[in-house]
Amino acid sequence: MNLNMNSMESLLAQIQALSSTASDQAQLHSFLKQSEELLHSDFSLLFSSLPQLDPSQHSLGFLYILEACTIFPVAKEQINELLVPIAKFINLCDVEQIRMAPDKFITLCKRFKELVISLEAPIRGVASMLTAIRKLQSSSEQLTTLHADFLLLCILAKCYKTGISVLEDDIYETDQPRDYFLYCYYGGMVCIGQKQFLKALELLHNVVTAPMSTLNAIAIEAYKKYILVSLIHLGQFSTSFPKYTSSVAQRNLKNYCQPYLELSNSYGTGKISELETFVQTNQEKFETDNNLGLVMQVVSSMYKRNIQRLTQTYLTLSLQDIANTVQLRGPKEAEMHVLQMIEDGQIYATINQKDGMVRFLEDPEQYKTCGMIEHIDSSIKRLMVLSKKLTSMDELMSCDPMYLGKVGKERQRFDFDDFDGVPQKFTI
Amino acid sequence: MEPDEELGQITDEIYANGDENKQRHRPIISGEQLDIEAYAALYSGRTKITRLLFIADRCGNSSMQLEALRMAYDEIKKGENTQLFREVVQKIDGCLSGNYGPDPAWADAVDRRAEMRKEKLENELNAYRTNLIKESIRMGYNDFGDYYYAHGQLGEAFKNYVRTRDYCTTAKHIIHMCLNAILVSIEMGQFTHVTSYVSKAEQSQDALDAVTVAKLRCAAGVANLEAKKYKLAARKFLEVGPELGNNYTEVIAPQDVATYGGLCALASFDRGELKAIIQYSFIDNINFRNFLELVPEIRELIHDFYTSHYASCLEYLGNLKANLMLDIHLHDHVETLYDQIRSKALIQYTHPFVSVDLNMMANAFKTSVAGLEKELEALITDNQIQARIDSHNKILYARHADQRNATFQKVLQTGKEFDRDVRSMLLRANLLKHEYILKTSRKH
Repeated sequence: MNLNMNSMESLLAQIQALSSTASDQAQLHSFLKQSEELLHSDFSLLFSSLPQLDPSQHSLGFLYILEACTIFPVAKEQINELLVPIAKFINLCDVEQIRMAPDKFITLCKRFKELVISLEAPIRGVASMLTAIRKLQSSSEQLTTLHADFLLLCILAKCYKTGISVLEDDIYETDQPRDYFLYCYYGGMVCIGQKQFLKALELLHNVVTAPMSTLNAIAIEAYKKYILVSLIHLGQFSTSFPKYTSSVAQRNLKNYCQPYLELSNSYGTGKISELETFVQTNQEKFETDNNLGLVMQVVSSMYKRNIQRLTQTYLTLSLQDIANTVQLRGPKEAEMHVLQMIEDGQIYATINQKDGMVRFLEDPEQYKTCGMIEHIDSSIKRLMVLSKKLTSMDELMSCDPMYLGKVGKERQRFDFDDFDGVPQKFTI
Repeated sequence: MEPDEELGQITDEIYANGDENKQRHRPIISGEQLDIEAYAALYSGRTKITRLLFIADRCGNSSMQLEALRMAYDEIKKGENTQLFREVVQKIDGCLSGNYGPDPAWADAVDRRAEMRKEKLENELNAYRTNLIKESIRMGYNDFGDYYYAHGQLGEAFKNYVRTRDYCTTAKHIIHMCLNAILVSIEMGQFTHVTSYVSKAEQSQDALDAVTVAKLRCAAGVANLEAKKYKLAARKFLEVGPELGNNYTEVIAPQDVATYGGLCALASFDRGELKAIIQYSFIDNINFRNFLELVPEIRELIHDFYTSHYASCLEYLGNLKANLMLDIHLHDHVETLYDQIRSKALIQYTHPFVSVDLNMMANAFKTSVAGLEKELEALITDNQIQARIDSHNKILYARHADQRNATFQKVLQTGKEFDRDVRSMLLRANLLKHEYILKTSRKH
């Protein structure tokens, strides 16, 4: 015990001494790696030594000790005590130092997430996790392991807006497929929560079409949600996959999502009563998948879809007729639906309450405003940046020795075949 | 004529869509029941019997049914098909007085004769085959085909006719074979065979005589009709030459060429093509006109359609419908063709206008405003009419797509899609690269 205390003191002294310059930090890092054993010995000793360090100056050492603290099982009342220094550390820590030991930092953050969830107070972790992500990633294009955890906390805490702020970054660099799958799946759910269906569709689509050698549960769940969201947002669902989808997904996904595909078939008929009875008979299945809420949204989107269709065929239509064709209970309900849709900008119409008539208008957007021109201009610029990126990536790829090695092997085989085809008399 | 009066007349004409005012001489509309005797007289051979039986099955009118069965009975007695004979007797079921019972003596005699003939044919064929005389073998198979055809064994007949092919020495023989195969295939309802044998016959080296060409066109037309390729069918029927006359009554009557061809053309041709036919048949006096003269109703309704007298055109169609439903080839397609003709009429009616009063339009089509609205709605949803309905004032307004806005919309949409696709492509590429690095590092 005494020995521990002594060595602990010397460790702290080392940390305090070797935290200023980069070379010192490297030395400290290797020293810390060697003292794993000490770090895993005594919780109270470790925990009590923390106040002697400054999280912003001695970030590396602080990180090692704090991470070690979280390994020990903690009683529920103590969690709180542990959470405060972790949150504080994440806020104050030095970016350079923690990037020397990203693994430790990631494990610390993951434990932090688990603790927060076990306290059933996910909202406490949201802000700290966001800071952690920003500190860990070298550019906003990089996907970290923490992204998925952060989004999960957002979903649990219903802080969709904060989640969206991360999703708005364009991610290009990713190496762990699992991180990517979870990021897209949770991201999709966050977007659904915020009713940004288009973005959700994109993220879920990415999961479904991502390269995979074996089918995984994330992809299946994502596909189910993809079907529902595309019904809600687009009003249709095409069962064909794009050709870059992995063959595993193309072959197997549909088998796991039968009720959802049937739902989309029954949606396609455009008959609201049929859809409702189908949902009722399959309610249990949707409920166990935790998708019942989305399914209900699908049903209500059908009304909207049918009303929207009317705008294409009619200039004026009485509320009674709308109620009849869309199978609503009465003109009152039809009026509510139409009003709601006008407010949401889904249709352009005016209601004449005196005659009970609805007058449908054309889209007032004339594409003449400055705002529109700016919007188009910024889109063009964005696309130019994107295509430059694509070209540079292509160049990089075609210079990559590993890629060339692989392609070269295949090419050789082809060439051999080609030569084989040359008739004998030419070689003579 | 006073100017006012003239104006009034014009407005009237617009209201009725030029319908009643001119009072062109109209031929008597055959809304009455089908005259079976006259109908049956148009055909010969097996098709006469099958057509009569078809009418008996479908007409739903007992006196007509018995009349048809009676004639079928008489017709069968002339031939040798005892199988069909028994079926018909069963259908008559003693409901006809006189000599329309099961005639076992006749049937047995025919069967016995058939048995003997078959034996004879077999012996002959064997003899030919041992002698290896090509022409005789061909004749032998052909006789066998004829024999089976007469006795209603169509499958066997087809096989034997096709077998003659190997022994055909001249182009004439091949055409003979093809015609036989086509005939049997039509009877069997195997219309894919019909198309293939028609094309085979048309490939023949020798120039075909006009009658054969006409026959082949008819067969191709029927095959296309059954395959729901109405446009092709219409083309084929229009090409049928006047030489057809009564030469192909075992398959089709010249009246049918007009009916089938006319309806298919109305349903599938656009206005330009239709105009060509009208000129072709009414002014230039060639082929098709002769056929149309045989069925004045069809001639009139095509003319009405072309001159936009839709009400009268649809009236003709309505009157013809009951009889067309009794046609062995057309019955399945009547509904589809009628629907297509009606939609085309609606589309054409709205085409030249910026706005159309639905009351007037309903008048022109002899339907209610509500019904018309439903029909128009379906067509607009299908994007066949570019218009929108003002249901309050009952007016249909044409809608002209704004090219500029549409282009903007499309451009923005495409941009978004490109953005999305490129990003997910880059990500996928990254994942693949990572996977490949992992694999190779594991190997080493």
